[in-house]
Amino acid sequence: MRKIREFVIEKSLLSSALITVAVTVGIILVLAVEAFSFFQEVSIFDFFTDTEWTPLFTKKHYGILPLLTGTLLTTFIAISVALPIGLSISIYLSEYAPRSFRKTIKPLLELLAAVPTVVYGFFALVVVTPFLQQFIPNLSGFNSLSAGIVMGIMIIPFVSSLSEDALFAVPKALREASYGMGATRLQTAFKVVVPAASSGIIVSIILAISRAIGETMIVAIAAGQQPRLTLDPTVPVETITAYIVQVSLGDVQHGSLEYKTIFAAGITLFALTFLLNTISFQIRKKFRQKYD
Amino acid sequence: MTNVQKNRLKDQLFKFWGIACTLIGLVLLVIFIGGILIDGLSRIDWAFITDLPSRKPEKSGIWTPLMGSVWILVLTAIISFPISVAAGVYLEEYAKKSRLSALLEINISNLAGVPSIIYGLLGLEVFVRIMNLGASVLAGALTLSLLILPIIIVATREAIKAVPGSIRDASYALGASKWQTIWNQVLPASSGGILTGVILALSRAVGETAPLIVVGALAYVPFAPQGPLDQFSVLPIQIFNWISRPQQGFIDNAAAAIIILLLITFIMNGIAVYFRNKWQKKLQ
Repeated sequence: MRKIREFVIEKSLLSSALITVAVTVGIILVLAVEAFSFFQEVSIFDFFTDTEWTPLFTKKHYGILPLLTGTLLTTFIAISVALPIGLSISIYLSEYAPRSFRKTIKPLLELLAAVPTVVYGFFALVVVTPFLQQFIPNLSGFNSLSAGIVMGIMIIPFVSSLSEDALFAVPKALREASYGMGATRLQTAFKVVVPAASSGIIVSIILAISRAIGETMIVAIAAGQQPRLTLDPTVPVETITAYIVQVSLGDVQHGSLEYKTIFAAGITLFALTFLLNTISFQIRKKFRQKYD
Repeated sequence: MTNVQKNRLKDQLFKFWGIACTLIGLVLLVIFIGGILIDGLSRIDWAFITDLPSRKPEKSGIWTPLMGSVWILVLTAIISFPISVAAGVYLEEYAKKSRLSALLEINISNLAGVPSIIYGLLGLEVFVRIMNLGASVLAGALTLSLLILPIIIVATREAIKAVPGSIRDASYALGASKWQTIWNQVLPASSGGILTGVILALSRAVGETAPLIVVGALAYVPFAPQGPLDQFSVLPIQIFNWISRPQQGFIDNAAAAIIILLLITFIMNGIAVYFRNKWQKKLQ
């Protein structure tokens, strides 16, 4: 009796764990099926080479490039903000700060990531853009610059927290050897600790990039809804995620080509983030083996 | 200046730079929340909480989206909690080092990195269309449950890992079965950590906007949902809707609704931190 009960319980716990696999399979199936039927009407070649994305206009173009550059542009700006600040924070906290300061400041920093993204979108549109317009007069009301900067602030804890863990895990002996040679904390940090923790830092950067690519509300609110092929940060653009939101807000018929465009855009987004996540997972696995 | 002095100076400069970087994000957050309080606080009164949405900004309230968020919160908790804790227990206590457990591990780490809007697309197709739930609270809650599954699983595993092996051994020595040991010893000992993870995940769900927009949650709903199959809106979507209107009155409304949303998020985070601290003390 007891054996049967134990067996049933184990299998039902297993089935809960298998639900996570079903979710992945579900995501891939849903995206693939809808995207497949999209590509029966639009050629894959056009999708990747056409420089216009206008599925909601009368003259329709289905080139993903404008959405892709919009996504990469806001991501690039966000990383340019988050990387130097996040990395400096992690080095400061792990090499300089007193333990008590580190303990209080870490949860506070993580609060930055706990704020709902729609709130950051408000921040970008209502505070940052008007502020930047004082210095950049031709900055449009919707632009990738302020969306990117605010997104950068949001992902600071993603970079700083993971990097700090990696720096902190570097064995004390390496630091002491460096100090013993007469190096300052700064020299030790950049010549010994950071190189030793490089794989962990790279993982944190990749995850932050992946997070920025998938971020939706900040860009949907502050970066605009005009897909255009540009690297100019002062004009409105549209990201892949913002496009999906734009279509979802309208009344789109199930089964129409417009409906399928959000899945074609979605599978592009999924492929991008999946690639980045897989790379970071592989690096993490190697890293773990190195230290064991 | 000698080389040694130069290097010491650089060292000091970096220290100040590090402090500045650490504080800048927090300072910006404080400035920003201060600004929102100035814009929105005067708008908050009892009527703002209990009024239905309206075309006139000064008559609009947040009752329907607030109730929508409560519905989403409760349903998401009910759905995600048992599944993700069960999955976490399986991975930590039962799974042997096999290809299956390696696959599950990679899969969960990957799911945690999937953008939330992709979960929206999954929910739209599976829950809204195939299961024919429509743009209902239930469809939204199911979607968000899948979204926070990996977060709770990871938290559960961490919490179970922290339970000392001696507790298990003692239980086995008394003749308890594996499940009896887990149910009577491991889960109670790790409950603080699990609870922390669940609350943090739910606070993330309350702030989610994009997947619910994709699932079809509406910006305008005349009444609060009465059952799990009713249409709904949530606070973040109402905020998004108000931000995208030109009138200043709606921007003030958005600021006021943001205050309420932040209040909910921060309270949940505070509770989570409280539980974690209490639990960590107990473990030591």
